[in-house]
Amino acid sequence: MKYALQKVLTFILTLFLVSLLTFLAFNIIPGDPAQLILGTSASPEQLAVLHRQLGLDEPLPTRYLRWLTGFFSGNLGTSIQYSVSVRSLIAGRLPVTLVLAGMALLLIVVISIPVGVFCAKKKDTVVDKLLGTVTMINVSIPNFFLGILFIWLFGIILKCFTPGGYVDFTDDSKGFLTYLFFPALAVALPNIAVAVKFIRTSFIGQMKLDYVRTAYSKGNSDNAVLYRHVLKNALVPVVTLFGMILSEIFSGSIIIEQVFGIPGVGRLLINSILSRDFPLVESLVVYIACVVVIANLLVDILFQVIDPRIRIRSGQSS
Amino acid sequence: MKSKLNFDSRLGICFIGIILVLTVISFFYTPYNIYSMNIAERFISPGGGHLLGTDNFGRDVFSRLMCGAKFTLLVAGSTVCIGTFFGVILGLCSGYFGGIADECIMRLIDALNSFPGILLALVMVTVLGKVKYSIIPALGILFIPSFTRIARSGTLQIKNSEFIGNARACGASPVRIMFVHILPNLYPSLLTAIVVGFSNATLAESSMSYLGLGIQPPTPSLGRMLFEAQAYLFNAPWVALAPGITIMVIVLGFNYLGDGIRAGYHLN
Repeated sequence: MKYALQKVLTFILTLFLVSLLTFLAFNIIPGDPAQLILGTSASPEQLAVLHRQLGLDEPLPTRYLRWLTGFFSGNLGTSIQYSVSVRSLIAGRLPVTLVLAGMALLLIVVISIPVGVFCAKKKDTVVDKLLGTVTMINVSIPNFFLGILFIWLFGIILKCFTPGGYVDFTDDSKGFLTYLFFPALAVALPNIAVAVKFIRTSFIGQMKLDYVRTAYSKGNSDNAVLYRHVLKNALVPVVTLFGMILSEIFSGSIIIEQVFGIPGVGRLLINSILSRDFPLVESLVVYIACVVVIANLLVDILFQVIDPRIRIRSGQSS
Repeated sequence: MKSKLNFDSRLGICFIGIILVLTVISFFYTPYNIYSMNIAERFISPGGGHLLGTDNFGRDVFSRLMCGAKFTLLVAGSTVCIGTFFGVILGLCSGYFGGIADECIMRLIDALNSFPGILLALVMVTVLGKVKYSIIPALGILFIPSFTRIARSGTLQIKNSEFIGNARACGASPVRIMFVHILPNLYPSLLTAIVVGFSNATLAESSMSYLGLGIQPPTPSLGRMLFEAQAYLFNAPWVALAPGITIMVIVLGFNYLGDGIRAGYHLN
């Protein structure tokens, strides 16, 4: 209980710092948002009126508090570029990104665990070394290059999908999911490589322990030992890795959306940065960071649920 | 020393060596002028007069690659320097003093770390505006947390050793203890972190320039070349493949070198 409380407190503190850092970053920049909206030809009176409207004449702490309460009540301000509320813009784009991230996560889990276990089982054989090299290459490919390779190979040569032919979910749900498959794979592959490496090491570490020998001596087959006994223990450290991978997935999808022309949050973010639409960038950044922080908290809790030892150990130490 | 140069390190050094030689040559000589456009010679396929063909403006891909790699390595190098410098100072202070200083520094680092990598760089680039090298401090901040963590955990491990106690008894100041007595002991883990940092910085730099937020054209950068080539993937795939593979070779080189050093020092 104490452990959970400590986690939640750290979580709240982190969220607070994330929002504070973002707010400060966008409010100490030289340049006047009012000037940006009205253009250089605006008169000083017009600027003053808009300053009042945007609340820019108030001191920094007041502005921060108002921005924060606005954030919690869902009032995120208005985009300069699109002249619509930031909230509706994000709400429209978020599902696409979440589906992409979800697909990528699914691919990572489904592929990395069996491959990692397989590598550990075949440790130091030719197959393991070969997969090790493939993994290394995968870690080293920038994901946007991977995306471009997919477009070239699967889109142009093999014609599995039409590059740039994104369809909305409401129009054609099957087409939507098919189009998202390759972007999701491009986001997933480098992370799969990291996970495979990690799972392999974790498994090899576990295989040396006494309980594995006991399990073998009871007459279990290779696979029974691996999947029924070792898997549970070896996956505990892997859960922390998945916290990190979640953040990587979001990073990756920001770029991959750009490569494949998917209208998600990432594309919105890049467009708003290029057009210097500060209210939108500010909200998007805090939004994405929050999703990552929350996901990490969930991973921490999950970690406790699957491994009672951590609960006990931290209970004793505090 | 012999054991440190294992197969992985050698492979890594080979990859990085090839790229380094090309970039050093590019300071004095490139096969073609990297800015001269020649519409009559657009999309010439690799081989013949142009080793890796030409792009949509008829510029020589190989020459641009040499210069692009130069800027990518320049940005990656400066980025890692910033990350190491601030990260090591913060990590040493955090680990050595402990208590409230440690708490403050680590909470800040945690907050920085909860922004997904590229996001923090995007914020910084937005905030700094389109200054020519704004990408360097933007990416530098990205690399501070990992170095802080490594320096801190290393410091924690050795700060209670006897030789530190001795140094303190001799009247050495905290600054002297941190930089003269603790820092040299962090060498193996920091070296690995720097090498791996190079590969991450190369990836980050190319991602940022792919998004159009890195070094501004017409200065060639590998990421930007990929972006421009994407539109012509159908008729000229080599224009995209060349910079992509170059980035891969650089990153692969640093990753192999990092693995090699790690194995050489028996880390992990």
